[in-house]
Amino acid sequence: MDLADVTSQIKRADLLHMYYYLRLTRALEDRITALYRQGRIVGGCYTSHGMEAIAVGYASALERDDVIAPFHRDMGAFLIRGITPGEVLAQYLGKRTGPTKGKDGNVHMGDLKRGIIGFVSHLADNLPVATGAALAFKMRGESRIVVAGTGDGGTSRGDFHEAMNFAAVRKLPVVFFCTNNQYAYSTPLRLQMAITDVVERAKAYGMPGEIVDGNDVAAVYLASKRGIAKARAGEGPTFFEFKTMRMHGHSEHDPAKYVPPELLEEWKKRDPILAAERLLIEAGYGDETYFHEILERVKKEVEAALEFAEKSPLPEGPEVLEGVFATDADLSHQATHSRSAA
Amino acid sequence: MTTATSHATGEVTYLEAISQALDEEMMRDERVFLMGEDIGQYGGAFRITEGFLDKYGEWRILDTPLAESGFVGAAIGAAMMGLRPVVEMQFADFISCAFDQITEVAAKNHYRWGAAVPMVIRAPFGGGIHGGPFHSECPEGWFFHSPGLKLVAPSTPYDAKGLLKAAIRDPNPVIYFEHKFLYRRIKATLPTDDYIVPIGKADVKRPGNDISVITYGAMVHLALEAAQMLAKEGIDLEVVDLRTLAPLDKEAIFSSVHKTSKAIVLHEDNKTGGIGAEVAALLAEECFDSLDGPIVRIAAPDTPVPFSTPLEEFFLPKTSDIVAAARKLAAY
Repeated sequence: MDLADVTSQIKRADLLHMYYYLRLTRALEDRITALYRQGRIVGGCYTSHGMEAIAVGYASALERDDVIAPFHRDMGAFLIRGITPGEVLAQYLGKRTGPTKGKDGNVHMGDLKRGIIGFVSHLADNLPVATGAALAFKMRGESRIVVAGTGDGGTSRGDFHEAMNFAAVRKLPVVFFCTNNQYAYSTPLRLQMAITDVVERAKAYGMPGEIVDGNDVAAVYLASKRGIAKARAGEGPTFFEFKTMRMHGHSEHDPAKYVPPELLEEWKKRDPILAAERLLIEAGYGDETYFHEILERVKKEVEAALEFAEKSPLPEGPEVLEGVFATDADLSHQATHSRSAA
Repeated sequence: MTTATSHATGEVTYLEAISQALDEEMMRDERVFLMGEDIGQYGGAFRITEGFLDKYGEWRILDTPLAESGFVGAAIGAAMMGLRPVVEMQFADFISCAFDQITEVAAKNHYRWGAAVPMVIRAPFGGGIHGGPFHSECPEGWFFHSPGLKLVAPSTPYDAKGLLKAAIRDPNPVIYFEHKFLYRRIKATLPTDDYIVPIGKADVKRPGNDISVITYGAMVHLALEAAQMLAKEGIDLEVVDLRTLAPLDKEAIFSSVHKTSKAIVLHEDNKTGGIGAEVAALLAEECFDSLDGPIVRIAAPDTPVPFSTPLEEFFLPKTSDIVAAARKLAAY
C-alpha cells in the first residue's frame, strides 16, 4: 500500500502494535518448530510462517466483544485475543495449563471468554458455526461481529458454501476470509478449483468480495476494518481473499518438496515482517534499533513462556473421563453476552 | 394462547404434544428459537409449527436454506452465544448431511475446550409410513457411538412433551427422535402444569414378572400389544421403555432383568451394531448370574428400509415376532 494511504488511516500506535504481534508470532512459532525438531513436541505442528500478517491484521481490527473462528494458521489472532504464549506452549506440550487442558493439541484452542471459537480439523466446519454466532448477535440486537476463515482448501467444502449462503441470505454480521496460501497440504490451487481467484466464489452468494495482499499487514487490517464496519452496520457479510504463500510444509514433518523452490524464493522477498519494517521505516515510526529491541523482547517473552509451560503439570490419566457432558453450572458460567454491556 | 400453561385440555396427539412443548418453551424462554426447512409459513412437513410464524416472527421461526450441515452448524454457534436453538430435520434421514457438525463440533466442543452447546435437533424417524429408504430411517445408532450427545426417543404424548422440554433445558446437544408413525395415532390427556420427563430415566410401561422387553419408540406399543396377548397364556411381560438412548438408564435395565431373569431386546433399527446390541452386551456383562435364558434380539434385518408394502411389512418387527420369541423364551 501507498505510504500516505497507510499513515492517513492507521495510527502509529496501531502499526507498532501489529509489528510487535508479527514478531511475537514469528518468535513463538520458530520456537515451537525448534522444539518439534528436538522431539519435545508430539503431534502436528502447523505454523503461519510467512503468513503472519493475516491473523495479526484482522485480529487487530476487532473490538473487544467480537468473536473469531480462526483458520489453523492464525497464531497472531490467538495472541491478540489474549491467549498467552505460555498457554500456547502448554497446549503444544499437552499440559493441563493449556486452553484445552491436554484434551486437544496445537492450534486447536478456543475460549468463549476471549471470543475464540475452538478450531476443528475438518476445515470450514467452523464457518457455519460462525454464522450462528452472528445470528445470535443479530437476533439480540448487539453490535458484535464475527470474523471467520479457512484456507484455499477449505473453500471446496460444502460447509464453506452453506455458511456463505446462509450469512448472505440473512445479512448476518460476519466477515469471511480465505487464506489462499496456494496449497492444500500438497495439492496446488489448480487441482482444487477451476478458478484462479478464490474470491470468485463470493459472487454466487451475492456477497461482495475483495482480493487483498495477505503479506501486507496494513492492507489486511484496513480491508478487515471495512468488512467489519459493514457487518456492524447491518449491511451483511463480506469475503476477503488474502493471497499469500505457505513457506513451510503443511506440518513441520512435511518437507514440501512438491513446491517449486523458485516460488518460495519469490515469496521470501515478500516476507510480511520485512514488509512491515520497510513500512515503519518509511513512515518514520521505527528503525533498526527499535526492531532489534522488539526482537529481544519477544524472544525473552517466549523463553519465559516456555519455562511456564515446561513447569506446568501434565494432566492425570483419569482426567480423560471429565467433561464429556456439560452441567448446568458449566453453562451458567459460559460467557456468551457482550462483555462491555455486562 | 397467552400463558405457558393454557394448553392441554382434552386429549392430544403425540404430534400435538411436541407442538405444545415447543410453544410453551418459546413462551417461557425468549432464547428458544426454531430453525429448519419449511417450518415458517408452511408449518413444517408434518405441521408441527403451524401458526408459529405469526406468533413468533421470522427470526424465531427461521426458515433455512436446504443445507442441513450449514444450519446445524449455525445452531451450534447460536447455542454457544447464549441462545437455545431447536433444529427440525424434515426427516431424520437427512441428518446424515449434518453428521460432521453433530459428531465433530457439537459433540466434542465441551470436552475439548469447555464450550457447552445447549441445542436440540428434532429428528422425525422410523418406518411404517411407506416412506422408503430415505424417509423411514432409524439413524440413532450412528449417534449412539458418539460421546457428548444425548439421545431421546419418546413413545407417548406425555413423554414426547416432557422429554422435549427437558431436552431444550439441557446444557448439551440432544437429538430428539420423534416417531412419525405415532404422530397422529396415539392420544393422551396431559397435565395442565409445566412438567419435564428427565433425560436418562427409563420407564416401565407395563410391569411383569416373566420376561423383560427392553425397547423404545414405536416398538413400545407392539410390546404392549404382545404383552396383552401373552397374558392370556400366563406369560407376564415387563415392558421397559428406554426413553433415553444415551446415556442409557443401565440401572433400570438391570433391575428389570434381575427381576424377570429373561430379556428380549427389541428395536426398529437394523439389528447389527444398534442400541439393542449394546443393551444385550451390557446384560451379558452385568446380569449374567441373573439370566435364565439367552438374550433375544428382535430388530429389522440389515437392509435399507424398503418401500413396497410387503417388503416394508417383512422388514419391520411385528407383534407376532415378539409373541413367538416370548413363548420360546418362556419355555426355555
